[in-house]
Amino acid sequence: MSFINYSSREINCKIVYYGPGLCGKTTNLQYIYDKTNPTAKGKMISLATETERTLFFDFLPLSLGEIRGFKTRFHLYTVPGQVFYDASRKLILKGVDGVIFVADSQVERMEANIESVENLRQNLTEHGYDLDKIPYVVQYNKRDMPNAAPLDELKKLINPTNVPDFEAVAVTGEGVFDTLKAVAKLVLQELRKGR
Amino acid sequence: MPGPGMVMYEEEFHQISQILEKLVKDANSKVVFLVDKNGQLIAAHGETENLDTTSLASLTAGNIAATGGLAKLLGEKEFSILFHEGEKDNLHITIVGMRVILVVIFDNRSSLGLVRLRVKKASEELAAIFDRLMKKAEAEASGGGGASPFAEITDDDIDNLFSE
Repeated sequence: MSFINYSSREINCKIVYYGPGLCGKTTNLQYIYDKTNPTAKGKMISLATETERTLFFDFLPLSLGEIRGFKTRFHLYTVPGQVFYDASRKLILKGVDGVIFVADSQVERMEANIESVENLRQNLTEHGYDLDKIPYVVQYNKRDMPNAAPLDELKKLINPTNVPDFEAVAVTGEGVFDTLKAVAKLVLQELRKGR
Repeated sequence: MPGPGMVMYEEEFHQISQILEKLVKDANSKVVFLVDKNGQLIAAHGETENLDTTSLASLTAGNIAATGGLAKLLGEKEFSILFHEGEKDNLHITIVGMRVILVVIFDNRSSLGLVRLRVKKASEELAAIFDRLMKKAEAEASGGGGASPFAEITDDDIDNLFSE
């Protein structure tokens, strides 16, 4: 749910990175943070465990510039990926405008990917959203791994509805901004429709 | 889909700002801010110069969301007041009208009792404004697509955002 402020002429939107544990959601955000002009970003907040696993969420506010006199602000959030953090994951989806699903390309993580997409769909439903209707893109991360599954197979299993999808290597930044831009675009298009 | 997102208009923004400004003074507090439950900052008043209000807003909403989760597990509807006591500064957090979060930061120049008292009054006023705001936004939304200033956005406008 975007927040439109006519007084300060700002549009604020919330984008959530979803995916199984260790798929690279925080790495996506970290790369965006590192590569963004300091004037365009706020502080990145990570609520993580001592071993740097996301405990509650990571948060990064980004300004994308003006559209028709309105400043566009995107608030990027990640969720904790580990299965047992489901209660926290659900909370973060509240008021979401767009979702990026980060899949781990490694063959042995395929089941975790599928389980996580199903979990995403279910948690969205509980908030009254439909994954097939909201701005949604998929990122196949860790394409550089020797045990990465073929793209065709990933598409078939994780993206049966054929939403925009991207190959990525988040640690080097490959595909990171393409993914973000794609979802931001969908969110703005949704805003144009006036929901 | 859940209802439309929050919309803030000039008139209501001024009314809200005035209430917050008054609350800063009346409660002898350092900072007062108002956050949407989704983590968006609505307004802030007081000594905000050295504060990262965007981060504060997001963490406050996370805090309220987590507390709300705890409440549900215990069979409560919500915990409407949270208080965090620090060595110097304290945080008083309340939910206003089930929809927005009012945060007061204060130190030993004030007291929990005073803050609670003043927050109660301000909350009632704020709740009334947000009620009006929701009705206004709903009326505008149902009054035809022309109400959205973004109906005119072109694909080029969107592409330009990403041109650098």
